[in-house]
Amino acid sequence: MSEADKPTVKPEGEAKDSGGEISRRDFFNEVAIAALGVAGLGAATVTYRYLSPNVLFEPPTTFRAGNPDLYPVNSVTYITDQQVYIVRTGAGFYAVSAICTHLGCITQWKPEANQIQCPCHGSKFREDGTKIEGPAPRPLPHFSITLTPDGDLLVDKLETIKPDKVLKV
Amino acid sequence: MSTTPFNQTLDRLRDTRFWKSIFRRGPARTNRTRSLAIFGNIFLHILPVKVREKSLRARATYYLGSFSFFLFVVLSITGALLMLYYHPATPQAYRDMKDLRFVVSNGVFLRNLHRLAAQAMVLAVFWHMFHVFYRGGYRPPHEFNWVVGVVLLLLTLFLSYTGYLLPWDQLAFWAITVGTNIISAMPVLGKQVRFQLLGGNLVGENALLRFYVLHCVVLPLLAVVFIAVHFWRIQKDGGLTVPEDDERKN
Repeated sequence: MSEADKPTVKPEGEAKDSGGEISRRDFFNEVAIAALGVAGLGAATVTYRYLSPNVLFEPPTTFRAGNPDLYPVNSVTYITDQQVYIVRTGAGFYAVSAICTHLGCITQWKPEANQIQCPCHGSKFREDGTKIEGPAPRPLPHFSITLTPDGDLLVDKLETIKPDKVLKV
Repeated sequence: MSTTPFNQTLDRLRDTRFWKSIFRRGPARTNRTRSLAIFGNIFLHILPVKVREKSLRARATYYLGSFSFFLFVVLSITGALLMLYYHPATPQAYRDMKDLRFVVSNGVFLRNLHRLAAQAMVLAVFWHMFHVFYRGGYRPPHEFNWVVGVVLLLLTLFLSYTGYLLPWDQLAFWAITVGTNIISAMPVLGKQVRFQLLGGNLVGENALLRFYVLHCVVLPLLAVVFIAVHFWRIQKDGGLTVPEDDERKN
Protein backbone atom coordinates (compact mmCIF):
# COMPACT_ATOMS: atom_id res chain seq x y z
CA MET A 1 0.00 0.00 0.00
CA SER A 2 2.49 2.54 1.19
CA GLU A 3 5.00 1.47 -1.47
CA ALA A 4 2.43 2.08 -4.13
CA ASP A 5 1.30 5.40 -2.68
CA LYS A 6 4.65 7.09 -2.29
CA PRO A 7 5.82 7.09 -5.90
CA THR A 8 2.50 8.49 -7.04
CA VAL A 9 2.39 11.23 -4.41
CA LYS A 10 5.86 12.56 -5.11
CA PRO A 11 5.54 13.45 -8.79
CA GLU A 12 2.20 15.08 -8.09
CA GLY A 13 3.73 17.21 -5.35
CA GLU A 14 6.63 18.22 -7.59
CA ALA A 15 4.29 19.04 -10.41
CA LYS A 16 2.31 21.26 -8.09
CA ASP A 17 5.46 23.13 -6.99
CA SER A 18 7.13 23.66 -10.34
CA GLY A 19 4.06 23.99 -12.51
CA GLY A 20 5.02 27.46 -13.73
CA GLU A 21 4.36 28.90 -10.29
CA ILE A 22 7.00 29.72 -7.73
CA SER A 23 6.63 28.23 -4.27
CA ARG A 24 6.28 30.44 -1.22
CA ARG A 25 9.61 29.18 0.16
CA ASP A 26 11.48 29.94 -3.08
CA PHE A 27 9.84 33.35 -3.28
CA PHE A 28 10.95 34.32 0.21
CA ASN A 29 14.43 32.91 -0.44
CA GLU A 30 14.79 35.06 -3.53
CA VAL A 31 13.47 38.13 -1.76
CA ALA A 32 15.99 37.52 1.03
CA ILE A 33 18.88 37.12 -1.44
CA ALA A 34 17.86 40.29 -3.26
CA ALA A 35 17.61 42.18 0.04
CA LEU A 36 21.06 40.96 1.06
CA GLY A 37 22.40 42.00 -2.34
CA VAL A 38 20.96 45.50 -2.01
CA ALA A 39 22.27 45.78 1.55
CA GLY A 40 25.70 44.56 0.44
CA LEU A 41 25.82 47.04 -2.42
CA GLY A 42 24.79 49.82 -0.05
CA ALA A 43 27.45 48.81 2.47
CA ALA A 44 30.09 48.79 -0.27
CA THR A 45 29.04 52.26 -1.47
CA VAL A 46 28.96 53.68 2.05
CA THR A 47 32.39 52.18 2.81
CA TYR A 48 33.81 53.59 -0.40
CA ARG A 49 32.49 57.03 0.56
CA TYR A 50 33.95 56.60 4.04
CA LEU A 51 37.36 55.88 2.51
CA SER A 52 37.38 59.15 0.52
CA PRO A 53 38.28 61.95 2.92
CA ASN A 54 36.13 65.08 2.69
CA VAL A 55 38.59 67.36 4.41
CA LEU A 56 42.25 67.26 3.47
CA PHE A 57 44.97 68.75 5.60
CA GLU A 58 47.21 69.46 2.68
CA PRO A 59 49.17 72.63 1.96
CA PRO A 60 47.15 75.35 0.18
CA THR A 61 47.40 75.28 -3.59
CA THR A 62 47.45 79.08 -3.98
CA PHE A 63 50.46 81.08 -2.90
CA ARG A 64 51.95 84.56 -3.16
CA ALA A 65 55.29 84.69 -4.93
CA GLY A 66 56.18 88.20 -3.80
CA ASN A 67 56.70 91.42 -5.71
CA PRO A 68 57.48 91.10 -9.45
CA ASP A 69 60.55 93.29 -8.97
CA LEU A 70 62.20 90.44 -7.02
CA TYR A 71 62.66 88.55 -10.27
CA PRO A 72 65.23 89.82 -12.81
CA VAL A 73 64.33 89.67 -16.50
CA ASN A 74 65.33 86.34 -18.13
CA SER A 75 65.55 84.44 -14.87
CA VAL A 76 64.24 81.13 -13.53
CA THR A 77 63.53 81.09 -9.79
CA TYR A 78 62.62 77.95 -7.91
CA ILE A 79 60.15 78.37 -5.05
CA THR A 80 61.22 75.53 -2.74
CA ASP A 81 58.10 75.34 -0.58
CA GLN A 82 55.72 75.26 -3.52
CA GLN A 83 57.68 73.27 -6.09
CA VAL A 84 57.10 75.88 -8.79
CA TYR A 85 59.46 77.79 -11.08
CA ILE A 86 58.72 81.46 -11.57
CA VAL A 87 60.12 82.36 -14.98
CA ARG A 88 60.51 85.96 -16.11
CA THR A 89 61.24 86.64 -19.75
CA GLY A 90 61.19 89.85 -21.69
CA ALA A 91 57.51 89.22 -22.40
CA GLY A 92 56.52 88.73 -18.77
CA PHE A 93 55.92 86.06 -16.13
CA TYR A 94 54.82 82.49 -16.13
CA ALA A 95 54.79 79.75 -13.48
CA VAL A 96 55.98 76.25 -14.39
CA SER A 97 55.38 73.17 -12.25
CA ALA A 98 58.56 71.60 -10.89
CA ILE A 99 56.92 68.18 -10.51
CA CYS A 100 58.07 65.80 -13.23
CA THR A 101 55.22 64.53 -15.37
CA HIS A 102 56.82 61.10 -15.42
CA LEU A 103 56.47 59.86 -11.84
CA GLY A 104 56.22 62.95 -9.68
CA CYS A 105 59.81 63.62 -8.65
CA ILE A 106 60.91 67.21 -8.09
CA THR A 107 62.96 68.56 -10.99
CA GLN A 108 65.88 70.93 -10.68
CA TRP A 109 66.79 74.04 -12.68
CA LYS A 110 70.34 73.70 -14.00
CA PRO A 111 71.49 77.20 -15.03
CA GLU A 112 74.75 75.91 -16.53
CA ALA A 113 72.82 73.65 -18.95
CA ASN A 114 69.88 76.07 -19.27
CA GLN A 115 67.61 73.10 -18.58
CA ILE A 116 65.18 71.73 -16.05
CA GLN A 117 66.36 68.21 -15.18
CA CYS A 118 64.75 65.42 -13.20
CA PRO A 119 67.07 63.52 -10.84
CA CYS A 120 64.98 60.35 -10.78
CA HIS A 121 64.88 59.12 -14.36
CA GLY A 122 66.72 61.81 -16.35
CA SER A 123 63.91 63.73 -18.03
CA LYS A 124 64.99 67.13 -19.42
CA PHE A 125 62.85 70.19 -20.07
CA ARG A 126 63.36 73.71 -21.35
CA GLU A 127 62.63 76.62 -19.04
CA ASP A 128 59.14 76.97 -20.54
CA GLY A 129 58.41 73.36 -19.54
CA THR A 130 58.59 71.84 -23.02
CA LYS A 131 60.20 68.43 -23.11
CA ILE A 132 63.71 67.93 -24.49
CA GLU A 133 64.05 64.25 -23.74
CA GLY A 134 63.47 61.50 -21.24
CA PRO A 135 60.72 59.27 -20.03
CA ALA A 136 58.39 62.15 -19.13
CA PRO A 137 55.29 61.82 -21.33
CA ARG A 138 54.15 65.47 -21.21
CA PRO A 139 55.67 68.93 -20.86
CA LEU A 140 55.62 70.55 -17.41
CA PRO A 141 52.29 72.34 -16.97
CA HIS A 142 51.97 76.12 -16.54
CA PHE A 143 49.99 77.35 -13.54
CA SER A 144 47.69 80.34 -13.50
CA ILE A 145 49.63 83.44 -12.42
CA THR A 146 47.97 86.78 -11.64
CA LEU A 147 48.62 89.92 -9.65
CA THR A 148 46.98 90.57 -6.29
CA PRO A 149 45.45 94.03 -5.73
CA ASP A 150 48.53 95.00 -3.71
CA GLY A 151 50.85 94.06 -6.58
CA ASP A 152 52.17 90.59 -5.58
CA LEU A 153 52.37 87.61 -7.88
CA LEU A 154 49.68 85.01 -7.11
CA VAL A 155 50.03 81.43 -8.37
CA ASP A 156 47.20 78.91 -8.33
CA LYS A 157 48.50 75.35 -8.65
CA LEU A 158 45.05 73.89 -9.19
CA GLU A 159 44.55 75.86 -12.39
CA THR A 160 46.76 74.99 -15.34
CA ILE A 161 46.81 77.38 -18.27
CA LYS A 162 48.03 77.27 -21.84
CA PRO A 163 51.81 77.66 -22.06
CA ASP A 164 51.59 80.66 -24.42
CA LYS A 165 49.81 82.78 -21.78
CA VAL A 166 52.21 85.22 -20.16
CA LEU A 167 51.52 87.70 -17.38
CA LYS A 168 52.69 91.12 -18.44
CA VAL A 169 53.68 93.44 -15.61
CA MET B 1 58.47 1.95 20.17
CA SER B 2 59.21 4.33 23.02
CA THR B 3 62.64 3.29 24.13
CA THR B 4 64.49 6.42 25.16
CA PRO B 5 63.76 7.93 28.60
CA PHE B 6 62.52 11.08 26.84
CA ASN B 7 59.98 9.14 24.80
CA GLN B 8 58.86 7.19 27.85
CA THR B 9 58.29 10.41 29.77
CA LEU B 10 56.39 11.85 26.81
CA ASP B 11 54.22 8.74 26.60
CA ARG B 12 53.43 8.92 30.30
CA LEU B 13 52.55 12.61 29.91
CA ARG B 14 50.23 11.76 27.03
CA ASP B 15 48.40 9.31 29.26
CA THR B 16 47.53 12.01 31.80
CA ARG B 17 44.06 13.47 32.05
CA PHE B 18 45.53 16.94 31.56
CA TRP B 19 47.05 16.05 28.17
CA LYS B 20 43.91 14.25 27.05
CA SER B 21 41.72 17.20 27.98
CA ILE B 22 43.80 19.46 25.69
CA PHE B 23 44.48 17.13 22.76
CA ARG B 24 41.37 14.96 23.07
CA ARG B 25 43.40 11.75 22.83
CA GLY B 26 46.14 9.78 24.55
CA PRO B 27 49.44 8.50 23.18
CA ALA B 28 49.48 7.69 19.45
CA ARG B 29 50.83 4.14 19.23
CA THR B 30 49.33 2.96 15.95
CA ASN B 31 49.17 4.55 12.50
CA ARG B 32 45.45 5.04 12.99
CA THR B 33 45.84 6.95 16.26
CA ARG B 34 48.73 8.93 14.77
CA SER B 35 46.51 9.97 11.87
CA LEU B 36 43.73 10.87 14.29
CA ALA B 37 46.18 13.02 16.28
CA ILE B 38 46.82 15.07 13.11
CA PHE B 39 43.15 15.20 12.10
CA GLY B 40 42.07 16.25 15.58
CA ASN B 41 44.51 19.17 15.90
CA ILE B 42 43.31 22.50 14.54
CA PHE B 43 46.84 23.58 13.57
CA LEU B 44 47.92 20.27 12.05
CA HIS B 45 44.72 19.20 10.32
CA ILE B 46 45.50 21.34 7.25
CA LEU B 47 48.73 19.37 6.80
CA PRO B 48 48.87 15.91 5.27
CA VAL B 49 48.70 12.94 7.61
CA LYS B 50 51.18 11.02 5.46
CA VAL B 51 53.78 12.23 2.99
CA ARG B 52 55.93 10.36 0.53
CA GLU B 53 59.48 10.08 1.76
CA LYS B 54 60.92 11.53 -1.44
CA SER B 55 58.88 14.73 -1.07
CA LEU B 56 60.67 15.38 2.22
CA ARG B 57 64.11 15.37 0.59
CA ALA B 58 65.88 18.70 0.30
CA ARG B 59 66.10 18.55 -3.48
CA ALA B 60 62.36 17.95 -3.80
CA THR B 61 61.53 21.50 -2.69
CA TYR B 62 64.66 23.00 -1.12
CA TYR B 63 62.13 23.83 1.62
CA LEU B 64 61.49 27.17 -0.08
CA GLY B 65 57.80 27.31 0.84
CA SER B 66 58.56 26.36 4.44
CA PHE B 67 61.32 28.95 4.49
CA SER B 68 58.93 31.64 3.21
CA PHE B 69 56.45 30.69 5.92
CA PHE B 70 59.17 30.73 8.56
CA LEU B 71 60.14 34.24 7.44
CA PHE B 72 56.47 35.27 7.62
CA VAL B 73 56.39 34.11 11.25
CA VAL B 74 59.64 35.97 12.01
CA LEU B 75 58.19 39.10 10.38
CA SER B 76 54.95 38.83 12.37
CA ILE B 77 56.81 38.58 15.67
CA THR B 78 59.39 41.31 14.98
CA GLY B 79 56.67 43.48 13.43
CA ALA B 80 54.42 43.23 16.48
CA LEU B 81 57.38 44.16 18.70
CA LEU B 82 58.30 47.14 16.49
CA MET B 83 54.70 48.38 16.68
CA LEU B 84 55.17 48.98 20.41
CA TYR B 85 57.52 51.91 19.73
CA TYR B 86 56.07 53.23 16.48
CA HIS B 87 53.44 55.92 15.93
CA PRO B 88 52.06 56.16 12.40
CA ALA B 89 52.00 59.97 12.41
CA THR B 90 54.11 62.70 10.88
CA PRO B 91 56.76 63.63 11.84
CA GLN B 92 56.74 61.23 14.82
CA ALA B 93 57.15 58.14 12.62
CA TYR B 94 60.61 59.17 11.48
CA ARG B 95 61.69 59.97 15.05
CA ASP B 96 60.35 56.61 16.28
CA MET B 97 62.34 54.86 13.58
CA LYS B 98 65.46 56.75 14.70
CA ASP B 99 64.69 55.92 18.34
CA LEU B 100 64.38 52.26 17.45
CA ARG B 101 67.84 52.43 15.95
CA PHE B 102 69.64 54.50 18.55
CA VAL B 103 67.68 54.60 21.82
CA VAL B 104 65.58 51.45 22.31
CA SER B 105 67.51 48.45 23.67
CA ASN B 106 67.99 45.92 20.88
CA GLY B 107 65.71 48.05 18.70
CA VAL B 108 68.25 48.16 15.91
CA PHE B 109 68.44 44.35 16.00
CA LEU B 110 64.67 43.95 15.69
CA ARG B 111 64.38 46.58 12.99
CA ASN B 112 67.20 45.08 10.93
CA LEU B 113 65.81 41.59 11.45
CA HIS B 114 62.41 42.78 10.20
CA ARG B 115 63.93 44.53 7.21
CA LEU B 116 66.28 41.70 6.22
CA ALA B 117 63.62 39.03 6.76
CA ALA B 118 61.28 41.06 4.54
CA GLN B 119 63.84 41.21 1.75
CA ALA B 120 64.64 37.52 2.23
CA MET B 121 60.94 36.69 2.08
CA VAL B 122 60.50 38.42 -1.28
CA LEU B 123 63.51 36.47 -2.54
CA ALA B 124 62.29 33.17 -1.04
CA VAL B 125 58.76 33.56 -2.40
CA PHE B 126 60.07 34.30 -5.93
CA TRP B 127 62.51 31.42 -5.73
CA HIS B 128 59.71 29.14 -4.52
CA MET B 129 57.56 30.26 -7.44
CA PHE B 130 60.29 29.64 -10.03
CA HIS B 131 61.07 26.27 -8.50
CA VAL B 132 57.42 25.19 -8.59
CA PHE B 133 57.10 26.51 -12.13
CA TYR B 134 60.09 24.59 -13.46
CA ARG B 135 58.89 21.44 -11.68
CA GLY B 136 55.51 21.82 -13.41
CA GLY B 137 53.73 22.32 -10.09
CA TYR B 138 51.13 24.57 -11.76
CA ARG B 139 49.70 21.64 -13.77
CA PRO B 140 46.49 19.85 -12.82
CA PRO B 141 45.47 19.05 -10.16
CA HIS B 142 47.55 21.91 -8.71
CA GLU B 143 46.19 24.80 -10.83
CA PHE B 144 44.14 26.32 -8.06
CA ASN B 145 46.98 26.19 -5.57
CA TRP B 146 49.22 27.86 -8.16
CA VAL B 147 46.72 30.73 -8.33
CA VAL B 148 46.61 30.92 -4.53
CA GLY B 149 50.41 31.08 -4.68
CA VAL B 150 50.28 33.98 -7.13
CA VAL B 151 47.93 35.81 -4.74
CA LEU B 152 50.43 35.14 -1.92
CA LEU B 153 53.25 36.51 -4.09
CA LEU B 154 51.24 39.70 -4.67
CA LEU B 155 50.42 39.94 -0.95
CA THR B 156 54.14 39.60 -0.17
CA LEU B 157 54.96 42.41 -2.58
CA PHE B 158 52.15 44.64 -1.23
CA LEU B 159 53.36 43.98 2.32
CA SER B 160 56.87 44.92 1.24
CA TYR B 161 55.66 48.06 -0.49
CA THR B 162 53.40 49.29 2.33
CA GLY B 163 56.16 48.62 4.86
CA TYR B 164 58.54 50.70 2.78
CA LEU B 165 56.70 53.94 3.62
CA LEU B 166 56.67 53.44 7.39
CA PRO B 167 60.22 54.73 8.22
CA TRP B 168 58.98 58.04 6.74
CA ASP B 169 62.40 59.01 5.37
CA GLN B 170 63.29 60.45 1.97
CA LEU B 171 63.63 57.01 0.41
CA ALA B 172 60.20 56.01 1.70
CA PHE B 173 58.51 59.24 0.62
CA TRP B 174 59.83 59.19 -2.93
CA ALA B 175 59.33 55.47 -3.39
CA ILE B 176 55.65 55.84 -2.53
CA THR B 177 55.32 59.06 -4.58
CA VAL B 178 56.74 57.31 -7.64
CA GLY B 179 54.86 54.06 -6.97
CA THR B 180 51.47 55.67 -6.52
CA ASN B 181 52.05 57.77 -9.64
CA ILE B 182 52.56 54.52 -11.51
CA ILE B 183 49.17 53.41 -10.15
CA SER B 184 47.55 56.64 -11.38
CA ALA B 185 48.74 55.81 -14.90
CA MET B 186 46.21 52.96 -14.87
CA PRO B 187 43.40 53.72 -17.32
CA VAL B 188 40.08 55.16 -16.07
CA LEU B 189 40.44 54.19 -12.38
CA GLY B 190 44.06 55.24 -11.83
CA LYS B 191 43.47 58.67 -10.27
CA GLN B 192 40.69 57.35 -8.01
CA VAL B 193 42.74 54.37 -6.79
CA ARG B 194 45.69 56.65 -6.00
CA PHE B 195 43.44 59.08 -4.10
CA GLN B 196 41.87 56.25 -2.06
CA LEU B 197 45.21 54.60 -1.35
CA LEU B 198 46.84 57.84 -0.19
CA GLY B 199 43.72 59.30 1.40
CA GLY B 200 44.58 62.53 -0.40
CA ASN B 201 46.46 63.99 -3.33
CA LEU B 202 49.94 63.67 -1.92
CA VAL B 203 51.94 61.34 0.30
CA GLY B 204 51.09 62.78 3.70
CA GLU B 205 49.65 61.91 7.09
CA ASN B 206 46.64 60.01 5.70
CA ALA B 207 48.84 57.99 3.38
CA LEU B 208 51.12 56.97 6.24
CA LEU B 209 48.17 55.87 8.36
CA ARG B 210 46.55 53.93 5.51
CA PHE B 211 49.75 52.15 4.63
CA TYR B 212 50.25 51.36 8.31
CA VAL B 213 46.80 49.78 8.62
CA LEU B 214 47.29 47.86 5.38
CA HIS B 215 50.75 46.72 6.47
CA CYS B 216 49.87 45.70 10.04
CA VAL B 217 46.26 44.51 9.81
CA VAL B 218 44.65 44.01 6.40
CA LEU B 219 47.44 42.39 4.40
CA PRO B 220 48.75 40.08 7.18
CA LEU B 221 45.21 38.81 7.85
CA LEU B 222 44.69 38.12 4.15
CA ALA B 223 48.10 36.44 4.02
CA VAL B 224 47.22 34.13 6.94
CA VAL B 225 43.99 33.07 5.24
CA PHE B 226 45.66 32.42 1.90
CA ILE B 227 48.61 30.61 3.52
CA ALA B 228 46.14 28.30 5.31
CA VAL B 229 44.35 27.55 2.03
CA HIS B 230 47.70 27.07 0.28
CA PHE B 231 48.89 24.48 2.82
CA TRP B 232 45.55 22.72 2.94
CA ARG B 233 45.37 22.41 -0.83
CA ILE B 234 48.79 20.73 -1.05
CA GLN B 235 47.27 17.88 0.92
CA LYS B 236 43.93 17.87 -0.91
CA ASP B 237 45.62 17.93 -4.34
CA GLY B 238 47.62 14.83 -3.48
CA GLY B 239 50.94 16.14 -2.22
CA LEU B 240 53.89 17.87 -3.79
CA THR B 241 54.96 17.60 -7.40
CA VAL B 242 58.08 15.47 -7.29
CA PRO B 243 59.65 14.39 -10.59
CA GLU B 244 59.15 10.70 -11.32
CA ASP B 245 62.77 10.14 -12.33
CA ASP B 246 63.98 11.48 -8.97
CA GLU B 247 64.07 7.95 -7.63
CA ARG B 248 66.04 6.46 -10.49
CA LYS B 249 68.75 9.13 -10.48
CA ASN B 250 69.76 8.43 -6.91
